Amino acid sequence: MSLITVTDVRKRFGENEVLKGITLEVGRGEVVAIIGKSGSGKSTLLRCINGLEQINDGAISVAGAQLLPGEAALRQLRLKIGMIFQSFNLFPHLTAGRNVMLSQQVVKKTPAPEAEGMARRMLEQVGLSEKFDAYPDELSGGQQQRVAIARALAMEPMGLLCDEITSALDPELVSEVLAVVKQLAAEGMTLVMVTHEMKFARDVCDRVVFMHQGRVHEVGPPAEVFANPGTPELKQFLGML
Amino acid sequence: MIEFTYWDIIRNLLLATRWTILLSLVSFIGGGLVGLIVMSMRISKNRIVSAIARGYIELFQGTPLLMQLFLAFFGMALLGFTVPAWLAAGTALILWTAAFLSEIWRGCVQAIAKGQWEASASLAMSRFEQMRYVILPQAIRIAIPPTVGFSVQVVKGTALTSIIGFIELTRAGTTLTNATFQPFLVYGLVALIYFALCWPLSKSSQILERRLNVSHNRH
Amino acid sequence: MGYQLNFGWIPQYMPVLLHGIGITIYLIAVGAVAGCILGIVCAWTRALGPVWARPPVAAYVELIRNTPFMVQLFFIFFGLPSLGVQMNELQAATLAMIVNLGAYSCEIIRAGIQATPKGQFEAGASLAMSRIQTFRHVVLIPALQRIWPALSSQIVIVMLGSAVVSQVAAEDLTYAANFIQSRNFRAFETYIVATVVYLGLSILLRFALDALGWVLFPRRKAAR
Ligand SMILES: Nc1ncnc2c1ncn2[C@@H]1O[C@H](COP(=O)(O)OP(=O)(O)O)[C@@H](O)[C@H]1O
Ligand SMILES: [Mg+2]
Repeated sequence: MSLITVTDVRKRFGENEVLKGITLEVGRGEVVAIIGKSGSGKSTLLRCINGLEQINDGAISVAGAQLLPGEAALRQLRLKIGMIFQSFNLFPHLTAGRNVMLSQQVVKKTPAPEAEGMARRMLEQVGLSEKFDAYPDELSGGQQQRVAIARALAMEPMGLLCDEITSALDPELVSEVLAVVKQLAAEGMTLVMVTHEMKFARDVCDRVVFMHQGRVHEVGPPAEVFANPGTPELKQFLGML
Repeated sequence: MIEFTYWDIIRNLLLATRWTILLSLVSFIGGGLVGLIVMSMRISKNRIVSAIARGYIELFQGTPLLMQLFLAFFGMALLGFTVPAWLAAGTALILWTAAFLSEIWRGCVQAIAKGQWEASASLAMSRFEQMRYVILPQAIRIAIPPTVGFSVQVVKGTALTSIIGFIELTRAGTTLTNATFQPFLVYGLVALIYFALCWPLSKSSQILERRLNVSHNRH
Repeated sequence: MGYQLNFGWIPQYMPVLLHGIGITIYLIAVGAVAGCILGIVCAWTRALGPVWARPPVAAYVELIRNTPFMVQLFFIFFGLPSLGVQMNELQAATLAMIVNLGAYSCEIIRAGIQATPKGQFEAGASLAMSRIQTFRHVVLIPALQRIWPALSSQIVIVMLGSAVVSQVAAEDLTYAANFIQSRNFRAFETYIVATVVYLGLSILLRFALDALGWVLFPRRKAAR
């Protein structure tokens, strides 16, 4: 059964239609890579799935529940699906540990000791157990992004949306973040990743979605998509033309 | 006729200064509370709520404080009771202060990166929780210097309440001038007392601002 | 209850109102122009002028910014004559406005000057311009452009503050309102009308200052 179902979703910014009828299913435990040129609507799609943008048409459902506008419905959705951003967006006034604890305490009303225990476990999972008391500006980009992952994981989501989570990192820091994601995938976490790391997509993902001009242009297992791209657009994108 | 020594003049002015300070405090605290409400309305996603707040701000920032004092004074009188000057003064100053503080604070809230709202939203926080736990703690830090700076305007604003008969520093100055015929001395002293109240506030606002710029982005 | 608002007196007192509006406009026009010129001179002194001249200018600015306008006005109108300086109400009000705005605009303009990239001064010097010439031709206009919004807001604030000149019997809009309400016994309505006029004036003034900004700074971008 699929965890995320996107049906004929359209999204406009003013006159500019950015998503022109997207249909996509993501199964439980599946790892999906979304690739495509800049401006093709990848971020917008993820943001719609997380309710950060309201769709103009179509439907999105997560774990069987339809995504509706309104704060209560959004809250339910976001408890199921977490999101990691390109720019980390850690809360600069809180330590790494408090970043991970905050929404547990505020949203789930988890008592402090338990939230702290969870935060320590999650930071350990991303290899940062000794950084509990560090503030974000004392961490490298790669470390900050790993804290952001721990922060999302602490909410125990069923799936994670990752929007170019390594694009803002210095090249030597990319692998430490990807290693964490790879481990999550191995443990069965559902992941939808917008990424430019083609090698990673090939090695880790179950399926690759190529977006072009607001549409899903091609879908398939990585072996097929990368070896035998069916359309000139994808060939061009992969640098094969 | 009573002879006034310098000491008499200074003593009377200082006694009246108590009322200037008290009115400033009341206006600043009251204005801060109302300003918080106006600011929340102003940044609300509900267009109507936000437009009401904008109208309020436009009205109080676009008209003289003196008119607001007159309207509070004579308007409340229309409701059928005699209005003590302190009540009209306090009301008008609170509403006026709120209009300015709400705009100052809105600027600070909007200076917080959009990603902070989005990250906290993606963690399932409600809009109120995002504001309370993520945005405000960061906004308050940058709001302190301009807020302290505006308190100077509040202290100076209280001088106008002398016109509707509230007896504070400026009013005491006028009374003493009439009694002593020494306007140069009396108004000079009045100015010095205001300066003594306001200058430390101005200076600390500047120092806080500088410190904030130095420790940019630090917790 | 049951108080009926009555605005029927307006036509009768129109000349008084118009006279008051005229004086208020006169005050802000003269105050803004002269105040900004004073502000430019002071800002130049504080940022680039001779070192000995900086402390007195700083003292003037701090003194004005940390005391109420009304007290400044009273000091000028009631206090200065005892030193032999005689002024009528309107002259005192005008002077108070200039002195007040001069101090505020000094600080605003100084910030604009200090945001000038160092290369601009060096470029001016390398073209053999004197310091004053560099300031006049290279630094000042971009500096004013940078701070024009802040300066505009301050001019509007000073215009609204001018309501207190009625307290020394300068015949501005507020003075007119005070006069009218003492005759028609309709204080609330009279001040409502005055308030609405002030609101209109402040909107117009902001509009005019924006337009002036477009004329003075036709090039869109100032060097940052
Ligand atoms: N908030 C917005 N307002 C207006 N246009 C937007 C907004 N967000 C994205 N867009 C536009 O939508 C298009 C797709 O953007 P995006 O989803 O960020 O693409 P991608 O992530 O694939 O690079 C772009 O043309 C972008 O300019
Ligand atoms: Mg993107």
